[in-house]
Amino acid sequence: MVKVHLWSGLRTLTGGLECVEVEASTTGQLLAALSLSYPELEPVIEAGVSIAIDGRIIATSLTEPVSPENEIFLMQRLKGG
Amino acid sequence: MALDDQKPSGFKFVGTSPDRPDGLDKVTGRARFGADAYAPGMLHGAVVRSPHAHARIIRIDTSKAEALEGVKAVVTRADFVDGLQGEFGFVLENVMAGEKALYDGHAVAAVAASSQLIARDAVKLVEVEYEVLPHVTDVDAAMAENAPVLNDSYADASVPAGHHPNVVRYHDSGHGDIDAGFAEADLVIEDSFKTEATHQGYIEPHACLASLGGDGKGELWCTTQGHWIAQKTCAALVGIDTSQLRVTASEIGGGFGGKTTVFIEPVALALSRKANRPVKIVMTRSEVFRATGPTSSTSMDIKIGMKKDGTITAAQGIFRLQGGAFPGAPMEFSAMCAFAPYALANVHQVGYDVISNRPKQAAYRAPGAPMASFAVESVIDELCSQLDLDPIDVRLKNASREGTKASYGPKFERIGLVETLEAAKAHPHYSAPLEPGQGRGISCGFWFNHGGETSVSLALSEDGTCQISVGTPDIGGSRASMALMAAEELGIPYENIRVTIADTATLGYNDVSHGSRVTYASGLATIKAAKDAVGKLCKRAAAKWGIPEDAVYWEDGCAKPSGANAGNFDPMPLAKITKSMGRTGGPISGHFEATPEGAGVSFGTHIVDAEVDPETGKTAVVRYTVIQDAGKAIHPSYVEGQFQGGAAQGIGWALNEEYIYGEDGRLQNSIFLDYRVPVASDLPMIDTVIVEVPNPGHPYGVRGVGETGIVPPLAAIANAVSAAAGVRLRHLPMSPPRILRALKDKG
Repeated sequence: MVKVHLWSGLRTLTGGLECVEVEASTTGQLLAALSLSYPELEPVIEAGVSIAIDGRIIATSLTEPVSPENEIFLMQRLKGG
Repeated sequence: MALDDQKPSGFKFVGTSPDRPDGLDKVTGRARFGADAYAPGMLHGAVVRSPHAHARIIRIDTSKAEALEGVKAVVTRADFVDGLQGEFGFVLENVMAGEKALYDGHAVAAVAASSQLIARDAVKLVEVEYEVLPHVTDVDAAMAENAPVLNDSYADASVPAGHHPNVVRYHDSGHGDIDAGFAEADLVIEDSFKTEATHQGYIEPHACLASLGGDGKGELWCTTQGHWIAQKTCAALVGIDTSQLRVTASEIGGGFGGKTTVFIEPVALALSRKANRPVKIVMTRSEVFRATGPTSSTSMDIKIGMKKDGTITAAQGIFRLQGGAFPGAPMEFSAMCAFAPYALANVHQVGYDVISNRPKQAAYRAPGAPMASFAVESVIDELCSQLDLDPIDVRLKNASREGTKASYGPKFERIGLVETLEAAKAHPHYSAPLEPGQGRGISCGFWFNHGGETSVSLALSEDGTCQISVGTPDIGGSRASMALMAAEELGIPYENIRVTIADTATLGYNDVSHGSRVTYASGLATIKAAKDAVGKLCKRAAAKWGIPEDAVYWEDGCAKPSGANAGNFDPMPLAKITKSMGRTGGPISGHFEATPEGAGVSFGTHIVDAEVDPETGKTAVVRYTVIQDAGKAIHPSYVEGQFQGGAAQGIGWALNEEYIYGEDGRLQNSIFLDYRVPVASDLPMIDTVIVEVPNPGHPYGVRGVGETGIVPPLAAIANAVSAAAGVRLRHLPMSPPRILRALKDKG
């Protein structure tokens, strides 16, 4: 299981949890598992999110490996000007 | 990517500043910008725009316009795809109004005619009947209980119950115990700030030439930061397959984020399809201001607690951004960037995305970050002033470092904020004496940077020269940077490499030139494509010498045997291999396609001296120094240009630029005479210091530099002006009337 830290605005969608655990070995599996376990997160994930793995920000990739040793944060989708 | 994999120091080409490959074209007028395209039988398009800030469209009668001689087509919303959802739906609604006009300048119809004059006459003949509705343009007013509702279906699930329907998205993040943190502080300052909307101010207006046949095949030439997103969006809006629309990016006269979406391009395509002729549209400056994408205006509340020794104990920010008539104001970036420079045990940030009767905001360099930085760094400056602490020492004491838990959640990798602060402290500017009436301001700033989908193709010619096709429009010197990185890998002169911005039919998908991503991502792809070609060059040499491929390596532009056991052969230069490549296996090229995910965040520190005239309220920026971490400067002259450009635009944003709306909700200053961007005589020499703390995610250590440079200026200038005027300025721009009012209120 990997621990995923959420930004606090998502707590209302996860029954008050700010850190959740899901079974995943890639970023894609992680997002799919979050949507499955917490269906109210699905529109947020569909709208676009980024994932920070040990501080490295993965903007869009679904194939980056994740493991229980990683510090993982869900972030809002990054873009720029 | 580990640092061990990065190229060691000792670059031959990278880090030099050779002549710009586009320099001659641009100074001689040979460069072809958006408005410079022509086609046989071309028509000219013009757009009918709403004169109302908010109005229901009752009826559009195009018959008189269609009857005018020379008019070949008129389009309305009915000529576009129906039922688009999500961002494409918002873009279509912005490009051509449906049931309601949502802001002054909103497109409601368009015409194509045989001349521009006839097209403009025809615009006046399109009769639109409106039911004028109440409007709102101010962010705080748009959130108020009795504010006019623009659309009651835009709010998403993130918005807590009880907010006005104009609040369409909500962000809440942070960590620690805010109340406990404030209780630890010796001084807590809480203050409110506002910033007005500004425009990117690119000199080249939006322009395009479109051709779309009845067979669904189209061509589009346009000024854009991203022709693949233009292709995808336009195809969706006019209802054709993406691959049937070929888009070519013109030379670009500035974008700064404002050309990351489409405005007139789908309209030109729809007109072309209807007229069965190519259609060109060039926006006037007034149209650019009224109907493209300025920044958000903001309303912000900041509260920060500090101990007497300068330790920040807690920080809290509320960021309200209006983004025009559609969701998308970058309030989450305001929130996430606001406190990022500081290691905070207790931090809380909230963002509101608010819609109003203004044009749909677009990105502008580090969207959302400069305004937030202005508010936060103003309060830190006030805390330093009241506690009699040195502003750089305080920032150093609290600075984020590698391993710091960022205010937005994860821990930082290797970052260079401390190095920029140390360089600022050591810079002669910081200790230079000030004249009477002058003040000095400091600010730090942060931006994320971005990677994104990237494709690069590199082809070698028989004479040993090289052509590179990239898909990211060159908005900041990327052709020079790509050529330098390819020269480094191939070992051939910079001048022997030509870099071209390929069209959408030539390469795989490329994300937009945004997020400071091009030198990072297209650069990484160029390096990988060059390595791909080098591998093939080594293979040809190995075959010629009759030794294994892995017994050959590449150095200084030559294939060489890897040691005595590999054989005693003279180095084989690239040009010798390419001369016979057609007979030794065929053309040699290199490719790379990926979505690099190691952009590396960036920090900067700015020092500003400003002088305020108490009689007129006019501010002069008398000295400016930009210090920023570039990771590795590929072409230092261009990097300095990015730093200086960010500061120059920041000076305009801080001192003069603003969208001014009348009581009627119409934009009052839609030309450059009334919307005042800084000109050369307004600017001092902007000094630069390039700090290089390598990004672990790039082979050469590159970090994007295009956006971070506009994050600190608003705050640094506000701190300087506040020091010079002796009163805290909390509302941007600090135009002469606002400064005079502040001086008067001070008494």
